Amino acid sequence: MGKNARRVSLKDVEHIALLAHINLSKDEKKIFTEQLNQILDYFGKIDKVDTEGVKPTFNVVEVTNVFREDKPKPSLKSESALSNAPEKERGYFKTKKIV
Amino acid sequence: MSSREITKLVKQGQLSAVEVISSVLERITQVEGRIHAFISIMKGEALKRAQEIDKKLKENKQLGRLAGVPIAIKDNMCTAGSRTTCGSHILENYIPPYNATVVDRLLMEDAIIIGKTNMDEFAMGTTTENSYFGPTRNPWDLKKVPGGSSGGSTAAVSAGEAVLSLGSDTGGSVRCPASYCSVVGLKPTYGFVSRYGLIAYADSLEQIGPIAKDVYDCALLFSVINGYDPKDSTSVRKDKTEYISGLEESVEGIRIGVFSEFFGKGVDVDVSDVVQKSLKRLESLGASLVDISLLNLSYSLPTYYIIAMSEASSNLARYDGVRYGLCSDDEVENWKVFYSDTRQKGFGAEVRRRIILGTYALSAGYFNEYYLKALQLRTLIKRGFEKAFESCDVIASPTMPVLPFDIGEKIDDPLSLYLCDIHTVPANLTGMPALSIPCGFSDGLPVGLQLTAPLFREDVLFKLGQALEKSSGIPILSPNL
Repeated sequence: MGKNARRVSLKDVEHIALLAHINLSKDEKKIFTEQLNQILDYFGKIDKVDTEGVKPTFNVVEVTNVFREDKPKPSLKSESALSNAPEKERGYFKTKKIV
Repeated sequence: MSSREITKLVKQGQLSAVEVISSVLERITQVEGRIHAFISIMKGEALKRAQEIDKKLKENKQLGRLAGVPIAIKDNMCTAGSRTTCGSHILENYIPPYNATVVDRLLMEDAIIIGKTNMDEFAMGTTTENSYFGPTRNPWDLKKVPGGSSGGSTAAVSAGEAVLSLGSDTGGSVRCPASYCSVVGLKPTYGFVSRYGLIAYADSLEQIGPIAKDVYDCALLFSVINGYDPKDSTSVRKDKTEYISGLEESVEGIRIGVFSEFFGKGVDVDVSDVVQKSLKRLESLGASLVDISLLNLSYSLPTYYIIAMSEASSNLARYDGVRYGLCSDDEVENWKVFYSDTRQKGFGAEVRRRIILGTYALSAGYFNEYYLKALQLRTLIKRGFEKAFESCDVIASPTMPVLPFDIGEKIDDPLSLYLCDIHTVPANLTGMPALSIPCGFSDGLPVGLQLTAPLFREDVLFKLGQALEKSSGIPILSPNL
């Protein structure tokens, strides 16, 4: 991609905001589009490096799949787990209709 | 007073924990209006804990290593029963039902939590201006930023509103404000301190770190919080390690790697001069300075931001207004509209910007170009550091490339703020420990030296820090408030 090519359009920003489940006001969409292009242009520095065949590092300590015995241990009571819920009913979280 | 002096006097019965807490609360009353280091001050709880500790002493029970020491905790670590906001509107009224592991470890040593400190929302920022609760001011110059995102924790220690504090460091968030407030701050080796109960921003990068006025107290606090925790699946199986006994050892023969780019373009000459002087001082104490080169360093900043934002977009998906946190009260039937409304209202601009950028970097068609590429670069950056450590024991740089700047000066230009993290992000990408230590002043503003070591070599960092501190006497200075 060319140095001054715009990486994202206003429409792209609207689409990404939809994927991220975040509303943006009309003004914010404009400002974000400008700022995102500026930032992505800077990120574009990495285009130049050849990383062909290099293993990605997800985690520096390389601990993977930590298991423990499948035995119940003392844990939060359901009242505590629900204590911050905006809406609850009969010991459950309550949410908007999904289907 | 240092934490070790307080604990000694409390254990001897010459000073009560209640007296310690009362005097710190008085200090807070005097200066907090100007500093705004705290989101919540836990006056009642702290006094109650102090009474319990005094009672323990009367009953001849053994007291812990931090007995009676007032400590401030960044507001992204869970404190059971006490509000934990993460600097965000979305968690403004969140009361955790459990303690972070670090909090439990502090309480076990009889430390007293005095309050929860201000921070950039979700730890995203370099200045503490992104807090929903308003900015913290730098105790050395109230017009200036204290650095961020743990600016409340470092300002509290610097201003005498707490003796110790905890911050968290994802890309420099302990070291940057430590440098700007002239206190000592450590970003430990990844996996060495449990993240259980730390509200996640970017899991693969962040660590909780100790903050104190001097190296001894920083090493002491670190000795209390480190070590394996089965509740954190990324915790390294390493026993609790002690860092006090080695502090006074000689620095003779320690090789300090100096990379010219860390002192070149983009770094204030004044900052560079002060840091160079401190390196000369370490040289005069027996350490040696060696030139090193670090390939791929210039890519570390975009690499860091792409990874951090991608992890953030995934982590922060949990804030949907259902299980906890703010929830939009608009009457809508559609769950999608409800989530999107809640998240617009609950998150500030910088958090939304990072979620959106991260969502973009992870989205179909861009995954390879940004996220995967950044992870590959991370491998190359890590290799570069490992190679450099073949010829030196630590790597030195200014913690921050520029002096503390004015509140409001850069906040509207996110990229200019990201660029300030140039020296701090490599430690997070590589997992290596890094310490920021006060090394002098320029125009009355603090300058910090950053030392980075190979994994689990915090001992060398503390040893060098201690030697420098003893020879310069900087931490004895306190801001005029």
